[in-house]
Amino acid sequence: MIYFDNSATTPICRQAAEEMMKMITDNFGNPSSRHEVGLRAFQAMKTARNRVAKAIGCSPEELYFAPSGTAANNTAIFGAAKLMKHFGNRIITTSLEHPSVNEPLKALEQNGYEVIRLPVDRSGKLSLSSLRNALQPNTIFVSMMLVNNEIGVINPISEASKLIRSLCPRAIIHCDAVQGFGKIKVTPGKLGVDLLTVSAHKIHGPKGAGALYIKNGLHLPAYILGGGQENGMFSGTEATPAIAGFGAAAAALPIDMRTTYENVQYLRDRLVDHVTSVPFVAVNSPSDAIPYVLNLSVPGVPSEVMINALSDHDICVSAGSACKKGHRSEVLKAIGMDARRIDSAIRISFSRFTTIDEIDRFAEVFLSCAKRFLR
Amino acid sequence: MKEVLLLKDGELALKGLNRSTFEDILVKNCKRRLARLGKFTFTKSQSTMIVEPNQPDIDLDEAAAIIRKVFGIVGYSRAAVCEKELPTICCIAQDYLADELQNIHTFKVEAKRSDKKFPFTSPEICREVGGYLLSKNKNLSVDVHHPEMTVTVEIRDQYAFIHGNQKKGAGGMPVGTNGKAMLLISGGIDSPVAGWMMAKRGIALSAVHFASPPYTSKRAEMKVHELLSKVAEYSGRIKLYTVHFTDIQEAIRDHCPEDTFTLIMRRHMMRIASALAEKDGASALITGESVGQVASQTIYALGCTDQAASLPVFRPCIGLDKTEIIDISRAINTFETSIQPYEDCCTVFTPKHPKTKPTPALLQEVESVFDWTELLNQAIATAKEEWITQEEGI
Repeated sequence: MIYFDNSATTPICRQAAEEMMKMITDNFGNPSSRHEVGLRAFQAMKTARNRVAKAIGCSPEELYFAPSGTAANNTAIFGAAKLMKHFGNRIITTSLEHPSVNEPLKALEQNGYEVIRLPVDRSGKLSLSSLRNALQPNTIFVSMMLVNNEIGVINPISEASKLIRSLCPRAIIHCDAVQGFGKIKVTPGKLGVDLLTVSAHKIHGPKGAGALYIKNGLHLPAYILGGGQENGMFSGTEATPAIAGFGAAAAALPIDMRTTYENVQYLRDRLVDHVTSVPFVAVNSPSDAIPYVLNLSVPGVPSEVMINALSDHDICVSAGSACKKGHRSEVLKAIGMDARRIDSAIRISFSRFTTIDEIDRFAEVFLSCAKRFLR
Repeated sequence: MKEVLLLKDGELALKGLNRSTFEDILVKNCKRRLARLGKFTFTKSQSTMIVEPNQPDIDLDEAAAIIRKVFGIVGYSRAAVCEKELPTICCIAQDYLADELQNIHTFKVEAKRSDKKFPFTSPEICREVGGYLLSKNKNLSVDVHHPEMTVTVEIRDQYAFIHGNQKKGAGGMPVGTNGKAMLLISGGIDSPVAGWMMAKRGIALSAVHFASPPYTSKRAEMKVHELLSKVAEYSGRIKLYTVHFTDIQEAIRDHCPEDTFTLIMRRHMMRIASALAEKDGASALITGESVGQVASQTIYALGCTDQAASLPVFRPCIGLDKTEIIDISRAINTFETSIQPYEDCCTVFTPKHPKTKPTPALLQEVESVFDWTELLNQAIATAKEEWITQEEGI
């Protein structure tokens, strides 16, 4: 099988699987319990927290495990809005956020907050000039994704944060870094953000664990209430196997992120060169997008047909984003693609384990499918 | 306390000399469906079928839920079995129905005495039991015309049965009493409803689905499985033939004018389904078509597709509005599955302006440009066969 759907989820790496097995068998205790098996679970949580914090570049005390990236985004958004409601009601975001950001913002909109969705430029990037124009003294919160999940565009978060800090020093800044984590630096200090979301299953960890970085000193009110786990931020008995797996996956991330990035870039470029050797393939991702995501179209061949055809060859890819079934991609619309190109878009997403052989085999099968179904 | 299920067959009582054959089929259907819960003994007694679990640990709630979906049963009750002594009958009636009696205000007692040697008459039984229940439940009063609950006491040869209100059964005729037909199922809202309606009239089902990978996905096939498994809760297991239809659809695209794509496709489906039905021992085809619903279901289009079938085509939804079909699909719990958004073969190569007033002669002419025999034979020969039963845990 060639698995090129790593933006949807990644296969679990060996280290994470082994760690999880230990948690399911020997260390099954509740980390809040005082006995030995509870203590072992507590220790494992601690290790995982240190590992993920290190991979992000924050202190372990600033890291809160959440049941998913979605839960972390919801907590960040509802928490920040509640905390800041006395200072204003203006919230700024981009028009291309993931539903786990967009939907909570819609809910806030219904509760009287004003939500500004910034347009993106032709390459799908957050436009700093429109951000500058949107920032007003009553702006209390800004949420921006680091890497777009459909076309791989990298937003200029550090520059945006500097702008926000200079014009609206009080505003809380959140970054959904789920698609960037493990591929590029997401250090909150460098990005200049107060809140940052990551998820385990996009870095070869398991589903069921995410994390929210909350900057030291920011007292975000909790959104999920209960037994007070995760310092009260995410109540509910901790999913220790998933969290320990998250830690192991974070520890297994390559130390030399730059070299891995360049390897994937080489593979992506090789694929692009190969498939654009014919006139009927269009590349939708901008060239400066993250190389792990490549969005392609064969106008005239519907995405679903291409996905099914590739699936028959044991190749897994997605249409646009796996989370949004049956809707025409807003992202591709925003960067000016016509309906024919959007309806035929497929998203190919790589991982650090992708090989040249897989790339070459994919290109060959993809082109033969395209030729077969093009008419 | 020992309990049984009492089943009432409605229409079967009118069937004269065939009645016992039909009842045997009904018993067989019930037995097969209840088999996974354990063994039951069935006793016929006039228009009532007594279903008695042979083991003490059988879940009668689940048995009742299964029986509720067996065609040929108009009503059923869960009853307590008790000795034929009036004081015992009073006590057990109170015990057995206590929870329900607490939550209502009016009731009456009805007695049926098939054992005429029983020393009390029906009115006497009603008076005794009614009086006892009144004395035990201060909230109750008697209303013989519109009671919230009718407590029935049936005095049979060996035991007395006591039960509350009879529940509504699925009605219809036992599946298998009216032969077998083959359902053309796409994955939409109408075809499962059509299959269910014909099964209700006692027709056993087999089914054919046309898959056009890669234009249609595995998910669309899984959806059809799910729909049939829901219909199978009523009809019993269904043999499904999945036909690989891609080559035929591509040939239609390559050789026929665009405005006839869907019609030619429907005609080929009828041909393949007719052949598979004959192979399967089915005597008719079933479709979910409703006149005027879409371009391929105008009165003219239906005439053209009908002509391609070599067996009678049953279209039970023909006179129903979409909303009426949806009401049934909700009632049989297929609606939510039907509306999952996966492509089916009917949406592949859809013409922009399909012909709404075709004639058979025109379509024959269009079809004559290509020799379809080989493709049709291949599709029939390679159809995948599998049994669909109700899903586990239902």
